[in-house]
Amino acid sequence: MADNGLLESVLQHVEKVDDGVDSQAVAISLGLDHQTVVGAVKSLQALGDVILAEQRTSKHWELTGEGADIAERGSHEARVFGAIPKDGLLQTELMKLPSGRVGFSKAMSSKWIRMDKGHEGGPRVFRMVETIEDVVRQKLLLVRQGKSAELEEKDKNELKKRKLLTEVTVKSYWITKGGSFSTSITKQETELTAEMISSGSWRDKKFKLYNFDALGMALDCGHLHPLMKVRTQFRQIFLEMGFTEMPTNNFIESSFWNFDSLFQPQQHPARDQHDTFFLSDPALAHEFPQDYLEKVKKVHTEGGYGSQGYKYDWKLEEARKNVLRTHTTAVSARMLYRLAQQEEFTPVKYFSIDRVFRNETLDATHLAEFHQIEGVVADYGLTLGDLMGVLHQFFTKLGLKKWVEVGNSGIFRPEMLLPMGLPEGVTVIAWGLSLERPTMIKYGINNIRELVGHKVNLQMVYDSPLCRLDS
Amino acid sequence: MPTVSVRKDLLFQALGREYTDDEFDELCFEFGLELDEITSEKEIISREQGEVKSEGASDIILYKIDVPANRYDLLCLEGLVRGLQVFKERALTPRYRRVCPSGNPHRLIITEETVAVRPHAVAAVLRNIAFTQERYDSFIELQEKLHQNVCRKRALVAIGTHDLDTISGVFTYTAKPPGDILFKPLNQTKEYTAIKLMSLYKSDSHLRHYLHIIEDKPVFPVIYDSNGIVLSMPPIINGDHSKITLNTKNVFIECTGTDLTKAKTVLDIIVTMFSEYCKEPFTVEEVEVVYPDGKTLIYPELAYRTETITADFINKAVGINESAESVAQMLTRMCLRSEVMGDHIQVEIPPTRSDVIHACDIMEDAAIAYGFNNIIHTTPHTYTVSNQLPLNKLTELLRHDLAASGFTEALTFALCSQEDIADKLGKNITDIEAVHIANPKTAEFQVARTTLLPGLLKTVGANKKMPLPLKLFEISDVVLKDESKGMVCIYVGARNNRRLCAIFYNKTPGFEVIHGLLDRIMQLLEVKPGQGEGYRIQSASDATYFPGRCAEIFVRDKSIGRLGVLHPDVISRFEITMPCSALDIDIEHFL
Repeated sequence: MADNGLLESVLQHVEKVDDGVDSQAVAISLGLDHQTVVGAVKSLQALGDVILAEQRTSKHWELTGEGADIAERGSHEARVFGAIPKDGLLQTELMKLPSGRVGFSKAMSSKWIRMDKGHEGGPRVFRMVETIEDVVRQKLLLVRQGKSAELEEKDKNELKKRKLLTEVTVKSYWITKGGSFSTSITKQETELTAEMISSGSWRDKKFKLYNFDALGMALDCGHLHPLMKVRTQFRQIFLEMGFTEMPTNNFIESSFWNFDSLFQPQQHPARDQHDTFFLSDPALAHEFPQDYLEKVKKVHTEGGYGSQGYKYDWKLEEARKNVLRTHTTAVSARMLYRLAQQEEFTPVKYFSIDRVFRNETLDATHLAEFHQIEGVVADYGLTLGDLMGVLHQFFTKLGLKKWVEVGNSGIFRPEMLLPMGLPEGVTVIAWGLSLERPTMIKYGINNIRELVGHKVNLQMVYDSPLCRLDS
Repeated sequence: MPTVSVRKDLLFQALGREYTDDEFDELCFEFGLELDEITSEKEIISREQGEVKSEGASDIILYKIDVPANRYDLLCLEGLVRGLQVFKERALTPRYRRVCPSGNPHRLIITEETVAVRPHAVAAVLRNIAFTQERYDSFIELQEKLHQNVCRKRALVAIGTHDLDTISGVFTYTAKPPGDILFKPLNQTKEYTAIKLMSLYKSDSHLRHYLHIIEDKPVFPVIYDSNGIVLSMPPIINGDHSKITLNTKNVFIECTGTDLTKAKTVLDIIVTMFSEYCKEPFTVEEVEVVYPDGKTLIYPELAYRTETITADFINKAVGINESAESVAQMLTRMCLRSEVMGDHIQVEIPPTRSDVIHACDIMEDAAIAYGFNNIIHTTPHTYTVSNQLPLNKLTELLRHDLAASGFTEALTFALCSQEDIADKLGKNITDIEAVHIANPKTAEFQVARTTLLPGLLKTVGANKKMPLPLKLFEISDVVLKDESKGMVCIYVGARNNRRLCAIFYNKTPGFEVIHGLLDRIMQLLEVKPGQGEGYRIQSASDATYFPGRCAEIFVRDKSIGRLGVLHPDVISRFEITMPCSALDIDIEHFL
């Protein structure tokens, strides 16, 4: 920063004029380099509303190095003239002078000097006039004094051609008084301090301006994972709609609850080794509600409850096989079974969001485990229209109707519900979707590995925004 | 969902009119199908094998239509067209009839030996059928589609079709040791024993997938004619002798399998679809099947069944208000011929609709015919008060406060390798109560995790370029083998356990940071430091942690987990480089 003395000198100049002053004029008047004055102007601007400075560009003539030399010591021709004594000078001697060659021809053409070629001892140069007027120097001195306007255009071009003058573009400031103009400078404070507050000294101080274009400091903070943020929102939606959360904290299920209870036949391809993770330890589940198990077996084998059944040889061994659950519907089945054991049926609305597992071929959108979102409503007399109505409300809360495409929905079959002991006439509607798919759509992620698992880039987690599904 | 590929020109010819692609897409939607793709053989080859290979391939337009998995009657052009024409009321559902030939029907005798390998067989004859190249192709394609779907890749049922005029009844379905079976299989030039065939087909890109069904059996199924000609060796290959051609007039169809219901369904589908091309359309000649116990049954069953429903049932289930006549008409359009009888509607389920096993399936068809888009959305009157699962509520609250404590949430997999939960943590897998997966495709899915720590350390490993320190946490479930009966009403021998794990990874171990986090968590859970009712930590020895830098955490004198500085070997095994301290606790104590 420029020192306060300089700043105050500049301010004094500005004080004297009402309609402002050019920084170049200030520089000349203070006898300083223009750039020094520009620096002072910038420092003054930083003080706030002390001055107003409007940038301007102007062209002006300036002496070249040679031009400045001539303004100081005279033109080459004048120097040649001055070097010749009364009795003349040998041409060879004259040419040895620094200005000799250029000055000789110019002085000759101005007829200030003559040469006697036949002079004994070699060609000799003599003055032709008593005194000379060094016009070139005078013109350059005018420029040096900032009076280039007094020169004619022709002269300026002539001098430019002789590389004594040059035309330069100058960026300068037009300085006028600001709203809080004063000729004295107070020291600027960087920050407000407790001391200033208690002493009240902040009232008399000037504060350095902030640069509002810069970013703030990166905070050292914790972050929630984007998929979990979306999970929170889905939970919220279900809670707003009056759904109760199911206990899904059991990744291991028997095939019985995962498949058989849902009336999925034992030869169903989903029960293949290629689709489902079976366990080697603990390989088998024990103890099922015997009554219910018999009913499930019967409805698969022979039908009943108005159904033809699948008419195949249902095997307990197959139902006992433990699996990593392939859907949370296994939990819905347990919950509906539990509901059916109540003394009296009460309508329920259930939801869950938790992990499920598939022994699938992995690709950009499929992992061996993902989160399933599930909603279930059980009541007397529910219709397909109700299912579609609930789905519509649910997806409206998500904010995007096209998200319907990412899920499945339906009405549970009587062959599933009646063996559990649910009363005839009770309908159960349900729908499900993955948590990952809508999240990928929401955050524009194409590869699921960039969202889930240990390989995710933590920067993505750090940078992830709030999750507001409906906006 | 199976995809059926049909030629657009043949489809429109059979439908008797043209559609634009959009119109046909709309028609599919109305009928409960989805026009998945419009393509051509050339386009498919070009996409899968490159443009060069596609040169010369057909550019006839193909419609690929997604069909519901149990609608076997829509798996070929014939069935699709029949279904759509009836749906648009341009045709009536045909009545399929089983007929007895003027002489004795053909017989298929099942011998006792088949019980050991593939006990069921059914058969039928299509008499005076007229094949064209297109019909023949469709006939073969339908068998393949059935094999892949309802037949479960031939495991449950396998189909054999034969030129009846090249063979002579009575036919015998038996099972023999593979060395005793000798015949010339389809498209081969010489005879092979079954043993040699099995090794021959080991390298066959198509047939090798079926070998496992019988290869470990002492006897293989085989069907002979009365002259000892081999018709087929199900479920692998037919004999070359009886193969059908474009000129075949009479087709003998046999379906063998382990599931009789499915075998009957498959036979019914084939004969109902292709009897259309018989001299007397939609008639099928019966075959007598004689069982080892002497019992004789006539196939195909072609059974019609009648269900009695009411319009009220349909209206209440769908949420519409249609008259009985209207409901009957809708169902008839879905190939379920229905008639109003007083207060009831009699619905006839044809042999093509094995998927209709309950009145709810009839209701679904009524909804399709009514049009899903025409059903008015309603809100159920079900009034309920919601509740959060206490464990999940606690988890949600803790997650937010852990993030507020400056830790970042990780989300890692529940499945991992044995190494991750044992060797890498300095433990022996036999000492760990882990659940083991029987059929993992890779080592990444050998076990369910028993601790969240490996997931967090792997997260650090994948984020070595991030500025230090890394402060990570996860609250999620691990799975433990557990012989005791848990809260769940059925005992599977394992239970989930909700854990909280956090790590601090920096140039210095930062035990004080992770210790401070424990203090903060305890403060949030309203547990004060101290003996008895409070929490305390006590020096412990654990191979995962640096000796002397591990403590066990006790809350109300019960151990809930550990914290400490990780062992340098653990750090190295997870291929990370800086010191790291960790906290690993069970949060189910705080419910």
